[in-house]
Amino acid sequence: MRSLVTLLLVLAAAGALVAKPLTVGFAQTGAESAWRTANTTSMKAEAERRGIVLKFADGQGRQENQIRAVHSFIAQGVDAIVIAPIVETGWEPVLRAAKQAGIPVIITDRTIKVSDDSLYACFVGSDFLQEGRMAAEWLVRRTGGKGRILELQGTPGSAPANDRRKAFAEVIAQHPGLTILDSQSGDFRRSGGKEVMEALLKKHGHNFDIVYAHNDDMALGALQAIEEAGLKPGKDVIVLSIDAIREAIQAVADGRISCTVECNPLFGPKVYDLVAKVVAGQKVARMQYNRDELFDSTNAAAVLPSRQY
Amino acid sequence: MSRKFRELLRSPVAWPLAGLLLLVLVNVLINPAFLRVTLLDGHLFGVPVDILNEGARPLVLALGMTLVIATGGIDLSVGSVMAMAGAVAAVLLAGGHSLAAALAGAVAVGLAGGLLNGLLVARAGIQPIVATLVLMVAGRGIAQLVTGGDVTLIRHAGFAFIGNGYLAGLPFAAVLAVVLYAGAHLLLRRTAAGLFLESVGDNPVASRFAGLPVAGVTLLAYLGAGACASLAGIMAAANIQAADPYRMGENAELDAIFAVVVGGTALTGGRFLLAGSFVGALFLQTLAQTMYQLGVPPAVAPVPKALLILAVCLLQSDRTRGWLGGLFRRSPA
Repeated sequence: MRSLVTLLLVLAAAGALVAKPLTVGFAQTGAESAWRTANTTSMKAEAERRGIVLKFADGQGRQENQIRAVHSFIAQGVDAIVIAPIVETGWEPVLRAAKQAGIPVIITDRTIKVSDDSLYACFVGSDFLQEGRMAAEWLVRRTGGKGRILELQGTPGSAPANDRRKAFAEVIAQHPGLTILDSQSGDFRRSGGKEVMEALLKKHGHNFDIVYAHNDDMALGALQAIEEAGLKPGKDVIVLSIDAIREAIQAVADGRISCTVECNPLFGPKVYDLVAKVVAGQKVARMQYNRDELFDSTNAAAVLPSRQY
Repeated sequence: MSRKFRELLRSPVAWPLAGLLLLVLVNVLINPAFLRVTLLDGHLFGVPVDILNEGARPLVLALGMTLVIATGGIDLSVGSVMAMAGAVAAVLLAGGHSLAAALAGAVAVGLAGGLLNGLLVARAGIQPIVATLVLMVAGRGIAQLVTGGDVTLIRHAGFAFIGNGYLAGLPFAAVLAVVLYAGAHLLLRRTAAGLFLESVGDNPVASRFAGLPVAGVTLLAYLGAGACASLAGIMAAANIQAADPYRMGENAELDAIFAVVVGGTALTGGRFLLAGSFVGALFLQTLAQTMYQLGVPPAVAPVPKALLILAVCLLQSDRTRGWLGGLFRRSPA
């Protein structure tokens, strides 16, 4: 009889151990783009696959919502917190509260500025500077360092627009044959890319060789304007962009866009790998950049069937 | 002739029109090719054509906004209605439905949005800014639900024509906008309808005692704004051959309000100028083009825009005009 009770107790304890899944709170920025939705889907699907309980909070584009969500995660006693910060600053108080509660925090997608490095465990995301650099270096290889560039910037002041612009310009500056004729903002929108490209086509006529867009949406809009003006992208104009959404890779395969640098939103698996390590008390590297690839005519067609976003 | 000219000078449309002409003049001085229009593939090609083509959507939005502002209201939801209408049209076309069905679906979405706004304002008595804020926030979410969170691509030549096509060399969207303004002018100024709108905006209580169906007139104004917004959404989706539920029509409501105000329609209601809204929308689009042509850095571009809008609004204010007039009178001729 007593052995039966012991057995039941042991089973119950083992059951409790198995049944106690990891609980993770994720404070997302919002649902402002298809890229973001793909990112959210990756985080949710991977959590389900691994049996992790994901508490998801949509910040709706506002930091105060995100901070409130993180406070609620702390109150619920989650095992780890993941934040995709909307802005860089203002995170110290809530991160300190998480630290006091002994809950590790992982920052994704965009970096933050804090005075105390121990406030979060690590960062996972894309290196926007590296993306701009890769695009510029590809351009140098392709053109031999000669050409006139029109740049379509993202939203002024946003981290991806700033970094993609800065790193690109740094590489271009080393090649005197490459000049940036004009740089205007299409606000990361397809309609913006088209409108600005139409205007630049009137201003510069056919006197340019390259269009560098800070994201695929603007590049796809610009393609329409270029084609409507009677130019042939790929032949008369080299178009390069960043993000590598499926539609852009299709355009690369069709020869309309010459190159697109990936900015991969599917980092759910990587985030949960790190969560598992951090919760287990292991040390992890502080900055974990995604390995972003570059797609041009050599490899676009091959990746197209497996592209998820 | 000179009396007509003096009348024109005194009309509130004179100032935005002068602003527009001045802006064009500045552009021509800096870049003589600004007004050059050439023929390319059987249609006109040049900066003025771009201004008309890209300006078609703000023009149509400003038309609807004028109706609502005339009643003393405001419609913040037009940008979101654009996104919803574009999303519905794209999804219907992607589902293999006919062009007519897609257009009807999109316009129905706009009318439904207008009906909701109108009922909240006219029947429930909610402040227009709050009532239409509801749909401004919710509409974008609905648009995302409709497309499943994706940017939905449109592959339909007939639909694309609405945003990219040319009719007798002119951009079809611009022709459509001009026809709408002409139709609205006939409807509002050749019948008593315009007077009803102004009366409701000026004094709803007196209008009701005079026997006007105040709630009905208000509701019709919001329905008109919704229909215009859905048409703008159709044009936007057709222009880029895609429906982007996240970004389409973002901040479009603010530009529409700007255009109406720059055009001389008072936000207090009771007076409206369709021609003013037309000029105002073209003014804003020309200003955007000017920034591109001058190569003004994007981070700085909003500043001249704000200053110019302020200048036009100051010129319209009776007080500053009286003050300026006084300056001219005192100086010895």
